[in-house]
Amino acid sequence: MDLTTAAGLWLAVILSGLYHGLNPGMGWPLAVSSALFERRASALWPALGALSLGHFAAMLGILLPFSMMTLLIDYEREIRIGAGLIVIAMGLYLAITRRHPRFLARIPPHRLALWSFLVALAHGAALMLVPIYLGLCAIEELDQGHKAASALMTTTTLALGVAILHTIAMMGSGGAMAYAVHRWLGLQFLSRSWFDLELLWALSLIVVGGIGLLTAL
Amino acid sequence: MNLRPDPTFHPSPKMAMEAPVEKLAFTLMLSPDGTKPDGLAVVDVDPDSDTYSQIVHELYVPNLGDEFHHFGWNACSSSLSPLTGHAFLERRYLIIPGIRSSRIYIIDVKDPMDCKIHKIIEADELMAKTGYSRPHTIHCGPEGIYVSTLGGGGEDGTDGPPGIFIMDCQTFEIQGRYEMDRGIQDKHYDFWWNLPRDYMVSSEWGLPPQFENGVVAEDLLSNKYGHTIHFWDLRARKVAKSIDLGENHQMALEIRPAHDPIKEYGFCGVVVDTTNLQGAIFTWWKDDNGEWQAKKTITIDPVPADPDDLPDLLKGFGAVPPLVTDIDLSMDDKYLYVACWGLGEMHQYDVSDPMNPVLAGKVEIGGIVAKHKHPNGEDFGYGPQMVEISRDGKRVYWTNSLYSTWDDQFYPGERGAAMVMANVGENGGITLDEKFWTKFPEGYRSHQIRLEGGDCSTDSFCYPSV
Repeated sequence: MDLTTAAGLWLAVILSGLYHGLNPGMGWPLAVSSALFERRASALWPALGALSLGHFAAMLGILLPFSMMTLLIDYEREIRIGAGLIVIAMGLYLAITRRHPRFLARIPPHRLALWSFLVALAHGAALMLVPIYLGLCAIEELDQGHKAASALMTTTTLALGVAILHTIAMMGSGGAMAYAVHRWLGLQFLSRSWFDLELLWALSLIVVGGIGLLTAL
Repeated sequence: MNLRPDPTFHPSPKMAMEAPVEKLAFTLMLSPDGTKPDGLAVVDVDPDSDTYSQIVHELYVPNLGDEFHHFGWNACSSSLSPLTGHAFLERRYLIIPGIRSSRIYIIDVKDPMDCKIHKIIEADELMAKTGYSRPHTIHCGPEGIYVSTLGGGGEDGTDGPPGIFIMDCQTFEIQGRYEMDRGIQDKHYDFWWNLPRDYMVSSEWGLPPQFENGVVAEDLLSNKYGHTIHFWDLRARKVAKSIDLGENHQMALEIRPAHDPIKEYGFCGVVVDTTNLQGAIFTWWKDDNGEWQAKKTITIDPVPADPDDLPDLLKGFGAVPPLVTDIDLSMDDKYLYVACWGLGEMHQYDVSDPMNPVLAGKVEIGGIVAKHKHPNGEDFGYGPQMVEISRDGKRVYWTNSLYSTWDDQFYPGERGAAMVMANVGENGGITLDEKFWTKFPEGYRSHQIRLEGGDCSTDSFCYPSV
């Protein structure tokens, strides 16, 4: 399989991470808040760490079941189609309802990792990675041939790799954003430069799902 | 929905203070005998306008006997909470409950000069979905609009305790009760919170039979009105601690937390101490061990009076009690305004040190015995009551009615609605603005005031002032 596709998919893992990190809905304002409450810039980092941990756990929670499923090599195409459809459905649901899950408002403000984990699940952030991940699995599959014994190892390692790389990118962009707001831009950045990303977010899911679907067919 | 946050939402109290000043105010008008429909008055508060201090638009509801009291917005600065991540609501609707009818009006004030009724929620629906009645305080919270109620079920509202319910901030559908564990809380009045610190504080007035037909003297003298404040774990929805202020501290009403969420203290006004007729302010705070505490930090003495000058209710006491009926805290947490409805005084306390408030200014207007006139020479009926402070802290507005049946007991006879404004001095002190005098339609009384773009008792902030 060509290296360009693989490189493209890995790039997608990183770009989606940067994108998630920049979205205020994924938590960087919480890091700013934490630093302001503790009156020290260094409080940004533990908060970002907790947010990243939650995000990472959500990625794994969604990717690992798919990594098991990829072992059903005969159904590889069906799995990819199914995953594409699920991601599109999530995007459509978010685009049409435009509602926020009420249960998220019940999480105590200091449980940052839990908050981040649930938000990433509820808003389909983790789901967005599935078509990309399955694309990578398909490439691995072709490269390695049908060596069932090492396949689970491979797909699990791949899932870990995707989640780690994505989370690092997310932490980087979210961290940069939080630092910039705390250090230079100030809180007015929040009220003046915050755009409603909801529709864009829902569309991103639909596009990613659509590409996953197309490449599987 | 907006694509950008509503420009009237502010991350911190400091930023709210720096925002453009208010040009309009919304004031509730009630018909004390229920012979006319209650209404919403839009008051011009722009000093450069020809209609300064006058009502420029009125909206009347299609029912009688609602008794408008308190009200609030569908959305405020709390929408900028980093936890919700959706700052795109509009501050557009006023939620106005009828405290007597239990009916709730949602008024669209996007164009204040053409405001309209967007939705009406009937008492039956409120009762069916929550078991509560007599809706009162409105605050925009983490998952919708929180509304406190003063009554439970049944004709007289005593079947089950009153509490708080949650309403969707977009559809205005009632979601249901808030409480999971209310502890000993069995009466209700006001509530407010610190959203990032995750706590709420609530207070107690009395049950509907104790206020609807007037103050019940026997209940007051036997200390049966509310005298406890409750500290809630906000998101767990349970009472963490209830503090009894002492049973002589009758009617713990307004809860005013510091606006800056980094501070963990606030104030509560007590109408009357039955042992000496004093009015009182308690400061409540979280101590170094994380325990809630409350301490009386302001007392206001009654003033001796000739029984002949007093209404029947007070003749036996030979004194005018201050009757602390409303308090409000400026956005910078510096000045606490205390309405002494019985004396006819508005006090301004410097609460920079919340444990040691210092009287910084005072205005005398109205009063049971004093009957101070406005500097423009007009009679000011009743006393200073519902008080609201401009975001920048430079102007303080107030009206004069407490509650229809109570007005009649303390101030017999119709005394007329009023709304006045006082300017705040550079280093404290307050002076009434001679030019600010609102004329209300005949037969109405005035109650709570809300300022365009939010004020000092609507918005909850999620980021500290830095």
